[in-house]
Amino acid sequence: MLQPAQDFDAIIVGAGHNGLVAGCYLSRSGLKVLILERQPYIGGAAVSRRLYQDFTYSNCSYVCSLLRPEIMRTLELPKYGLQIIPYEGGCTMMRDGGHLALYDNHDALRREIARHSKRDAEAYDRYSRDVMRQCKFIKPLLMREPPDPTSFKPRDIQELLYLGRRFHSMGEARMYDTLRFWTMSAADFLDEYFESEIVKAHFAGSSIIGTALGPRSPGSAYVLLHHYMGDIDDTVGAWGFARGGMGAVSNALGASFMASGGTIRSAAPVAQIRVKNGRACGVVLEGGEEVRARLVISNLDVRRTFLKTMDAKDLPDDFLRQVRNFKIRGSSGKLNIALDGLPRFPSIPEGSPTTRGDMHVTDTIEMMERAYDDWKDGRWSRAPYIDMLIPSQIDPTMAPDGKHYMSVFVQYCPYQLADGEWTQAKRQAFGDTVINTIAQHSPNFKELILHAEIRTPWDIENEVGLTEGNIFQGELTMDQLLFNRPVPGFAQYRGPVKGMYMCGSSTHPGGGVMGAPGANAARAVLRDLKLAH
Amino acid sequence: MMESSSSHFKQPLLKTPFHRRARELSQVDSFIPWAGYTTVDVFTTAEQEYFAIRNAATLYDLTPMIKYRVIGRDAVAFLNRLVTRDVAKLKPNRVAYCVWCNDAGHLIDDGTLFRLGDSEYRICTAQRQIDWLLDSALGFEVQISEVTEQLAALAVQGPTSCAVLKAAGLRGVERLKPFETSDFTLDGAGAAGGQRLTVSRTGFTGDLGYELWMEPGAAESIWDILMLAGRSRGIRAIGSQALNIARIEAGFLSPNFDFVSAEHTIRIGTDRSPLELGLGWLVDFNKGHFTGRRALLDERQRGPQRQLVGLDVAGNKPAHNALLYKDHGGKREIGHVSSAVWSPTCKRNIGLAMVDAPHFKIGSTVWAEIYLSRELVWERRMSHAQVVERPFFAPERRRATPPAEF
Amino acid sequence: MQGPSPAPSRYDCVVIGAGHNGLVCAATLARGGRSVLLLEAAAQVGGAALTREFVPGFRVSAGAHLLHLMPAELIRDLKLENHGLEWAAQRMTTTALLGDSAPLALSPGAADHPGLSAADAAAYAAYTARMRRFAAALAPIFSKVPPRLGSTAWSDRMALLRMGWQIRKLGRRDMRELLRIGGMNVYDLLEENFESAALKGALGFDAVLGANFGPRSPGTVLTLLYRLAAESSAGASGLSQPKRGMGALCDALAKAAVAAGAVIRTQAPVANILVEADRACGVALESGERILAENVISSADPKTTFLKLLGTAHLDAGFVRRVDHIRSRGLAAKLHIALNRAPPFRAVSEAALRGRLLLAPSLQYIEHAYNHAKYGEFSASPVMEITVPSVNDPTLAPPGQHVLSAIVQYVPYALKEGWESARPRFLDAALDALERVAPGLRGCIVGIEVSTPVDLQREFRISGGHWHHGDLAFDQILMVRPVPGAAQYRSPVEGLFLCGAGCHPGGGVMGVAGRNAAQQVLKGGWFS
Repeated sequence: MLQPAQDFDAIIVGAGHNGLVAGCYLSRSGLKVLILERQPYIGGAAVSRRLYQDFTYSNCSYVCSLLRPEIMRTLELPKYGLQIIPYEGGCTMMRDGGHLALYDNHDALRREIARHSKRDAEAYDRYSRDVMRQCKFIKPLLMREPPDPTSFKPRDIQELLYLGRRFHSMGEARMYDTLRFWTMSAADFLDEYFESEIVKAHFAGSSIIGTALGPRSPGSAYVLLHHYMGDIDDTVGAWGFARGGMGAVSNALGASFMASGGTIRSAAPVAQIRVKNGRACGVVLEGGEEVRARLVISNLDVRRTFLKTMDAKDLPDDFLRQVRNFKIRGSSGKLNIALDGLPRFPSIPEGSPTTRGDMHVTDTIEMMERAYDDWKDGRWSRAPYIDMLIPSQIDPTMAPDGKHYMSVFVQYCPYQLADGEWTQAKRQAFGDTVINTIAQHSPNFKELILHAEIRTPWDIENEVGLTEGNIFQGELTMDQLLFNRPVPGFAQYRGPVKGMYMCGSSTHPGGGVMGAPGANAARAVLRDLKLAH
Repeated sequence: MMESSSSHFKQPLLKTPFHRRARELSQVDSFIPWAGYTTVDVFTTAEQEYFAIRNAATLYDLTPMIKYRVIGRDAVAFLNRLVTRDVAKLKPNRVAYCVWCNDAGHLIDDGTLFRLGDSEYRICTAQRQIDWLLDSALGFEVQISEVTEQLAALAVQGPTSCAVLKAAGLRGVERLKPFETSDFTLDGAGAAGGQRLTVSRTGFTGDLGYELWMEPGAAESIWDILMLAGRSRGIRAIGSQALNIARIEAGFLSPNFDFVSAEHTIRIGTDRSPLELGLGWLVDFNKGHFTGRRALLDERQRGPQRQLVGLDVAGNKPAHNALLYKDHGGKREIGHVSSAVWSPTCKRNIGLAMVDAPHFKIGSTVWAEIYLSRELVWERRMSHAQVVERPFFAPERRRATPPAEF
Repeated sequence: MQGPSPAPSRYDCVVIGAGHNGLVCAATLARGGRSVLLLEAAAQVGGAALTREFVPGFRVSAGAHLLHLMPAELIRDLKLENHGLEWAAQRMTTTALLGDSAPLALSPGAADHPGLSAADAAAYAAYTARMRRFAAALAPIFSKVPPRLGSTAWSDRMALLRMGWQIRKLGRRDMRELLRIGGMNVYDLLEENFESAALKGALGFDAVLGANFGPRSPGTVLTLLYRLAAESSAGASGLSQPKRGMGALCDALAKAAVAAGAVIRTQAPVANILVEADRACGVALESGERILAENVISSADPKTTFLKLLGTAHLDAGFVRRVDHIRSRGLAAKLHIALNRAPPFRAVSEAALRGRLLLAPSLQYIEHAYNHAKYGEFSASPVMEITVPSVNDPTLAPPGQHVLSAIVQYVPYALKEGWESARPRFLDAALDALERVAPGLRGCIVGIEVSTPVDLQREFRISGGHWHHGDLAFDQILMVRPVPGAAQYRSPVEGLFLCGAGCHPGGGVMGVAGRNAAQQVLKGGWFS
């Protein structure tokens, strides 16, 4: 396989989860693969870090929900130490002391929703059914290469026909439902099912996480299906904590990769992807060292890949213009908090398992939309939407005995503030906004705080390398999905230079710790090399 | 009013007003969830309980059946637009078995419709669906409310059931005709003396039987009176397993066995129309518009693609979930069995099956693929099966008014 | 208005509502040889396309004040110019009012403003040319009945293929760009292309006018392309102003309809649609009179047609659920001001005053105004489209005096505090905003009238007071407009058709829905 002048068959730039997934597949197909990572640790945004005493923070991504089961199986991640502990519930807390809890047991859930609206409790079944129908439609598309609708290549036409047939097989009524589902706003969609504000707000939460959209933005409804993706796989515990934090996912991938013969070099930042005679031929590290390979696969987002890690002269102008137009605005902040004990949430009844899942803070969709309005104007939300977890309740490895680690995901927080650069004072003020919001629901919360790491999109960009701190490596809007992701004409994992590929979340089907872009990219590489996959 | 949020996550299932009695009589601690309630699957053995349905009298706790009260000026118009039968023909104090469909003519559910007064009705069904009912009520002056928790319900079924009710003090109950309903006041002294209840001559066993509707507060004392009155007539409490045998013999459909509500299906092609389920006799195309009518007219014109039929299977091994084939070799699949049981009364191996056209005609022969465990050694058997008329068992006594003394 | 021929006792077609779509439909049906009765609840024809006196001596178009979407061939086919349609102005310019600085003038070829960079000027030419190409590719869908999905009929399949082919024909580069921007928001699109806030504001305005969106809402490039495509489909006359206001257009349409043999009855409100044996067979008037017909065609909005006139008993529950879910809350108000002189817009030339004026100085300004509307509030800085129709047409005001007509965007139907108490404050906010670009305007006011969406609902019997009868959005256009199962102008009840703005391709004095519906009726037959 390897030609004499080359050090490796393939170099993957970035040891994020997708880079690792791609590496695993390639290595298992017999290629000699090197993964280069800028940080001294692997994982990108799926990491566990000790930043304060013996606390372990999942300091970026914090939930394991979308990781494709076929990837877990093929790469034998359980064997390499990955253990997923399912959520036991979830809830949304309101400022008036009310709450809505989500329980696994269907009857408990019905009675819980019925506290707010008897009708909504039963409309929930219709809602679940309709979203599940869409999940069933979309699921097989996640692990496929999107066809280019402008192409006449047999493969593209075949794929388009496959999509068309799949769509057609739904029957007329469901086709219309599907058209609407993929283009509606979450708020409008939920209005067609529910009457209770808190029920709508609870479900709308999953439509805005990580996005630069509000719940009333068209195109936000389809994100609601993420909540059901796990169920459709019949995978028990689809939503869960990775034991040991999200770094456990990356570590299992890393172990699987190395077991199949792959090489990882951390603390080895890539300065440039080298192109010779119109072909990618390796990389140059920041120290000047050159590593050669037949193929280079970038796990970085497309903006970083093409605008910072490649030479503009190696790339077509039109392509660069498209890359510059790629929307990648960060919208989320994160607090990682070490707590001296378990905070009390008086609105949650004693003994309820909902605190052992994802807890949210909001009242209404309007409140969430107003939080979004702040972001549009270059401010962090004054009343943010919060998605928080205390994994140490279930996973004792995360914090010392009796103490707890809390992950607080915050929507919305801008990358660029209207009033100038982020400063330490502004970061602290943002953190205070979040802490005060939680403290409204938990009287002893503030006094338990031992340490808090406050991360804005600006910090995420600087530490993890995600451009503008966008956690999905690019917004997941209609214009940046499927054959438009990352840019039209280049949605099939192949870059504009021969021998150069993309495998990050900037590609189809996008972000979340899913692994599908990595797996799909590896498949594209293997197909080009005419190797079995 | 908000339910207190402290209990349902600890104990998601509700208890019926008969629960304490059921606990006392349960010998094998076999409880199952049903529509949000804890109910008995088996008290002693399913066989013992089954034979009581066919030979004596039985009590079955029906409380989890979902009950909706429908009142208002447009109640008839609303119901006629909802269900496929002509509700205008239903007289006061009468009950009708009904089905209702979505726009595509696919079954949402079946149930019984009680006409309690001039414009007061009750829908009694196995699954919650206030969402569909309220959406169906758009444009009608009608109020719909769920009354499941306000009403306890008890099925008294079996050849001696009428005698038991009479002995319990329900004077004149023998005059109640099938699908008729009437209010009674319990005779005599004792805890339940003077207690009011409603009795309908309805049931899910295909045998002589009644269903009793009462306030939850009266449930235990009425249970006690019935058990006392039935002592010499072989009365027993029964669970769902025994009832299931009887309902298959009677050819009745059970949701989530014989069909899945079109309000719940996720996959394509799993919805069922009343025509496919052999319920065409419930569809009145001449009564005016109802939801699904246009789709069902189309379907009638095309002819059904498949139909739910009765099946008489060779041998004595119930054909649970068996796939059906046209040929003994098992090459051409033509359907599947949805409910199956060895009928202890008919001594036949029976089932309900969904069979593709044209094989659903009475008298057609099909082959059922049955897997048998012989002390954990598994065998596959292709059993000959014949499409037959439903019901499998329909004794005359179920209709006789007054019922014969037994 | 009575037709010349004696009214038959039974008609081939009864059309409900003599708005412009009802009139076009009736005229087209009559020209197709059908006997047609057109019923109108009001005392005159026109619906919301009406000219009326709002202050003694001052007349104004009560709803839409510009005509730019009605296809030229429709105007020609119905010989509207022979029936009295005259133009006060055509190819009107657009000028964006910018407060203190000089206004920005827009024409199809060029944007003109002292502050505009050379890059923006160049980008403007490229952008408008590209958008025009896209619009031309999309234009054919307006004149067609939207195809059904999943249908096995060749006509539906061909229609889908034709739509695909139109886009394919653009060539790979344009096709990719169209497929990308089609789902975008207009804010991002304009940010990609331009620097000038004023230019972006003015170009973004057309994407949100009449829509329930802000510039940052995904789908606003679609609404913009939709408008451009409709304009492209209409022909080259651009923004036009009929002489004597929009009512004159409808008078011409009525004359065309009557000339073709249609009978028009005003003050004849329909109480309900008659159904027999699952077929529409006529209408009953509020007076109790019953009129029988083979076909009933309703230009009323879908909610009114299905839920009130037809009645839910004749429809499937799932269909009714969909109709009930149509988003049809109006978001635009109309402001009419009688002035004792020409409005004193700062630095606006006499020529510019003959065109339309936009109060949308930046995308952020528009978005902020929309923010309020999302929460049932109106903005203190409203967005407006302003015309001074009396400059082009002196018949509308006493000599030397003038009429200002403004569409105020983002005025919610369901105002949280209620319109009763809010009306004076709203009027103040609107006048303040005008005063900022036309200092001294307040001093010239002779009289004033405001029509909120609630007023439009009452006056024109449109549920929600929405001039499109339902939001134009991805999930409410083409084959899902107004709802699946009624998107081909046919309702589920045989013999009942829809022909109003609630159908494809929507409102905005286009007349296309009326014409397409009439063609469906003339084609006959029902669903295959």
